Amino acid sequence: MTSVQWKNPVVRWVDSRFPVFSWLHHEYNEYPMPRNCNYLWSFGAISMVMLVTMILTGLFLAMHYTASTTTAFTSVERIMRDVNYGWLIRYVHMNGASFFFIAVYIHIFRGLYYGSYKQPREILWMIGVVIMLLMMATAFMGYVLPWGQMSFWGATVITNLFSAIPLVGEAIVTWLWGGFSVDNATLNRFFALHFVTPFVIFGVVVLHVAALHAPGVGSNNPRGIDMKGPQDAVPFNPYMTVKDSFAIVLFLIVFLGFTFYVPNYLGHPDNYIPANPLVTPPHIVPEWYFLPFYAILRAINFNVLFIDAKLGGVIAMFGAIAVLFVLPFIDRHPVRSARYRPLYRKFFWILVANVIVLGWVGAKPAEQPYVAIGQVATFWYFFHFLVILPWLNFVERPDPLPTSIAEPVLKGGGRLAAGAATAKPMEKA
Amino acid sequence: MLKMLSRATVAVALLATGPALAAGEIPTPPAQTWTHAGLFGTFDRAAAQRGFQVYKEVCSACHAMNLLSYRNLRQLGFSEPQVAAIAAQFEITAGPNDEGNMFQRPGIAADRFRSPFANEQAARYANNGAYPPDLSVITKARKYGEDYIYGLLVGYKDPPAGFVLGDGMYYNEYYPGHQIAMAPPINEGQVTYADGTSNSVSQMAKDVTVFLTWAGEPYLEARKQTGAKVMLFLLVLAGMLYAVKRKVWADVH
Repeated sequence: MTSVQWKNPVVRWVDSRFPVFSWLHHEYNEYPMPRNCNYLWSFGAISMVMLVTMILTGLFLAMHYTASTTTAFTSVERIMRDVNYGWLIRYVHMNGASFFFIAVYIHIFRGLYYGSYKQPREILWMIGVVIMLLMMATAFMGYVLPWGQMSFWGATVITNLFSAIPLVGEAIVTWLWGGFSVDNATLNRFFALHFVTPFVIFGVVVLHVAALHAPGVGSNNPRGIDMKGPQDAVPFNPYMTVKDSFAIVLFLIVFLGFTFYVPNYLGHPDNYIPANPLVTPPHIVPEWYFLPFYAILRAINFNVLFIDAKLGGVIAMFGAIAVLFVLPFIDRHPVRSARYRPLYRKFFWILVANVIVLGWVGAKPAEQPYVAIGQVATFWYFFHFLVILPWLNFVERPDPLPTSIAEPVLKGGGRLAAGAATAKPMEKA
Repeated sequence: MLKMLSRATVAVALLATGPALAAGEIPTPPAQTWTHAGLFGTFDRAAAQRGFQVYKEVCSACHAMNLLSYRNLRQLGFSEPQVAAIAAQFEITAGPNDEGNMFQRPGIAADRFRSPFANEQAARYANNGAYPPDLSVITKARKYGEDYIYGLLVGYKDPPAGFVLGDGMYYNEYYPGHQIAMAPPINEGQVTYADGTSNSVSQMAKDVTVFLTWAGEPYLEARKQTGAKVMLFLLVLAGMLYAVKRKVWADVH
């Protein structure tokens, strides 16, 4: 870490005792980013913006929301009608959940494409999978809070999954509910947990960033090769700050476009019907961001040996995330980026299409042909991770890698002489 | 190109699953033209006021609107004395008073819309076992929203040959399953409009649908107008940031 001579005496006094200014300077000013990162690298920053947006809007919603089965629905409507700009805060929070997932899913697929989970970023990736799991739990509990029909029945379906656990399943479900059905106790604890888990996510995000900024780790890049010197890098500020800011604003245009013009497009109309334990909606569907996992859950409709269909579905669903957690140890091919792995690149796009098919099946009723399509897609999901990737470790012959990051970027005749252009950026720091 | 493609594919595909969420056998009602649709849509206040009259004189016999208060009607262009006069037409149960008794008094602007039934049981008892749903957010609680509500109101037909209707049920083209317990709610000439507008079934259905849409989304106009300002601001900001980005990165590319 280069030490900085701060001009302001107060800053200097603080920094010599608690070097927060030096840390920030090191991590967000001079932190070297590969100069060839494309806009897909902005989705980390975008996700951070969404997390802060969700925490802030959620805080103000919590000031007006009442977690009680008799008043939850009306208190949300009161926010929409009688709280100053309550409609805006609530619609931003509602759509923010969807766009947080959009940002994070793009972030994850970017990592898959460019091999960002490989050595030395295994722990960085695994922390990221933990964040995704926490987000899913948080989003699920948040969706229960308005206490509409889909809130209630979604909560009933998902909490009932735990009853698939042998022997103790039923007891666990009763314990989760705080009673013998999804009821007031459930709503209360979901509200408490929904309030606190975002701060847990925030803490794990700090770990995620710390793992990224760890010495010798740093950001991956589209070439998937290591930086070899200052000519391969640009300082985070101003290069990435301005690029990320532009990307964030573009993302906000889409996100707020939905929020202001079609705020209920990504939701389900049934959630504007107050929860009624006596009336089951014809089709219970989760929010769109859970649909691929929901499809995997429902794909297992047959018993495997002593594992019944229900438990099998739950195992498959959690297995779909667990397989991501251990991905760095499955894909051991030495080349990171799909740009130089023609076979992996094909299978990556097949996987993307496969996940989209799973999402589509998840939204359909559990009848043919959707069930069969879902089973094929579920099979392929696991086949990709558990068979194809290990197979590629042995058979894939990568295209020749460029020798450095700077070289391919300048190919095709940059305006500046190679020496001047490559040395310049980092000298600014 | 590939990276752009990948981003677009994922985003579009994830968004595209949205409308599929409500998959089910809901007949598609024909799309209507609404003044509140579109980027700069505003409610047709005259229609909404007429629609309130239809609700008051027809729908409110069975359907509550618990989330609305009479004061909300100010948004539709009713003046303060008009709202007070409307509220005063209803006898509201208030209290308890100093002696601990509930009592009746004329409604005031702050009162919620008076419900036709004391509770769900009373509503079902009076309606052959069916429960007329609360209409406060009905256009948001149904797929196809206001097009569905309008379609339902004008969609009563004779059942096709061979269609077996349950006892006391009616055939409706746009109701899921086509069997609805609600009798055709609006009849030709049922409401007399003060402004002389035609009181055909389709006109009344359209007016009450505008009113119900407003009731479910009273801040629709503020939302769209704020949205326009936010979008304009973000587009200008994006343009400026792009220019700065180009300048900062000029020596790298």
